[in-house]
Amino acid sequence: MHPIAEKIQSRFPEGFLGANEWRGDLAITVKREALHDVCSYIRKDPDLDCDYMVHVSSVDWPDDEERFEVVYEVYSIRKRHRIRIKTRVPEHDCLVDSMTDLWMGADFMEREVFDMMGIRFNRHPDLRRILMPDDYTEGYPLRKDFPVQGKGWRDTFDFLNDPT
Amino acid sequence: MKLEDQRTTVYKVDPNHPETESLPTLRTEELLLNMGPQHPSTHGVLKVILELEGERIVKSTPVLGFLHRGVEKLAEGGTYHQFIPHTDRLDYVCAMYNNFAYCRAVEKLMDITVPDRAEYLRTLVAEVQRIIGHLFWLGTQALDIGAMTVFFYTFRDREILLDWFDELCGARLTTSWYRIGGVERDFTPSLTEKVQRFLDYFPPKIDEYVVFLEKNRIWLARTRGVAVISAEDALSFGLSGPTLRGSGVDYDLRKYEPYSAYPKCEFSVPVGKNGDTYDRYWIRIEEMRESLKIIQQCLQQMEPGPILADVPSVTLPPKDRVFTNLESMIQQFKLFSQGFDAPAGEIYCGTEAHKGELGFYIVSTGGGRPYRLKIRAPSFIHMGAFDYMAKGYMIADAVTIFGTYDIVMGECDR
Repeated sequence: MHPIAEKIQSRFPEGFLGANEWRGDLAITVKREALHDVCSYIRKDPDLDCDYMVHVSSVDWPDDEERFEVVYEVYSIRKRHRIRIKTRVPEHDCLVDSMTDLWMGADFMEREVFDMMGIRFNRHPDLRRILMPDDYTEGYPLRKDFPVQGKGWRDTFDFLNDPT
Repeated sequence: MKLEDQRTTVYKVDPNHPETESLPTLRTEELLLNMGPQHPSTHGVLKVILELEGERIVKSTPVLGFLHRGVEKLAEGGTYHQFIPHTDRLDYVCAMYNNFAYCRAVEKLMDITVPDRAEYLRTLVAEVQRIIGHLFWLGTQALDIGAMTVFFYTFRDREILLDWFDELCGARLTTSWYRIGGVERDFTPSLTEKVQRFLDYFPPKIDEYVVFLEKNRIWLARTRGVAVISAEDALSFGLSGPTLRGSGVDYDLRKYEPYSAYPKCEFSVPVGKNGDTYDRYWIRIEEMRESLKIIQQCLQQMEPGPILADVPSVTLPPKDRVFTNLESMIQQFKLFSQGFDAPAGEIYCGTEAHKGELGFYIVSTGGGRPYRLKIRAPSFIHMGAFDYMAKGYMIADAVTIFGTYDIVMGECDR
């Protein structure tokens, strides 16, 4: 196993679920409850020192019990390593602790995840839609059950339904 | 005095100062101002709600999404090859670099090695694109803050480079020239000659822009000490590219995680000191000079050879064979309609575009279509720092701050 993964596993034996290294990318899966502690650790530990927020992303796995996956990717400018931290949340309770207190950039990135996938972030200062309109009520576009052509609106366009 | 301190002491009235009490009590009111979406200096359709105290910005709330086209959703419905033209429309000023970043990500997913000549061509064109991006930035930034002349000069030179792109792939802006595993077509001898000529033509022009701006008191007053951000904060916000390097962090993926032909070229990464708009301007000027060095070295080191990796299950067949050979036509057809079989897994691949780190996070479950494709767009992430950086400055400086990020809304809203 990758030394960073071992370090995190020994520090968080409860929360650590697994590590995967593929094509040179290290991905660590943790329990949702441990996510904030793990991130806080990799941000502050002098050996890991991940001070640069790369991206926050989300993946929808509709067939799984824990449907949504939240992905944080961070980088250490001094140590030059990249770590991807992943966690799963179920659909009926998709709530994750926000990382805005660790990386300020998480603010916009988490808002995007909320907007696109509907995952809510605990203690986020300003959790609103960001790319879709504020009053958009048709759901979350990047979920797999959301049709590519959108919902509803197309049916109201006369020129699309005009038989002539 | 440090610039950080200057920002707080100059702009805020000290409540304990004896003269403050003798000031007459005036009725003050906070003013809410909508800036954009139709504003010439917002580089597209960006709206910012500014809370003002007089002319000072107290709080700003960027409203994004006017150009949201759901590119990430569209990616899930098409094959990997079909997504390349979509990337042109992300940052429509610098399409080549978006193609490059995307193709690199897919190559990492498929574990393809690109032939040497293709790597040099890619690097060369990417650096030309970087110069175009910086010229565009320089012209519009100067125009936004009142120095109109530079705009005409930079656009004159940008036009020369766009004409090459026209000659290279038939399009000026939406190029789609990069392919997974290589590039679409090789340089013609006349194009190589033009590139060579440009290398002599361009350096004096850079000096010309510098003379226009660095002797211009308005430009200096409006860029020095404006939009200051410390290195630590910049990193915490995830800023990248010249916006981060202006604060003194030498984070450049071309050096940190060398890719393509960059490790074979010698160049340096300019780094600023003060983290203000002026430093970021200086970095971009110096980067243009460095880009010329890289172009020169690519031209010298490039040797004839294939320009597309030969992996028939993934890469496209040569175009002339598609029109004359049945098997090649079937191969082309199947690659576009069904796609190639990608292994299950997930990768992130970041590329140093001229705005910052442009990354693609691809999740594959096998099959010809990405299961999830996330674009790490530098413009979007830079906008996250806008409120923090604009606090305490004048309304007119808001325009400088948009400009200093070099935002393009097509990439920001995706």
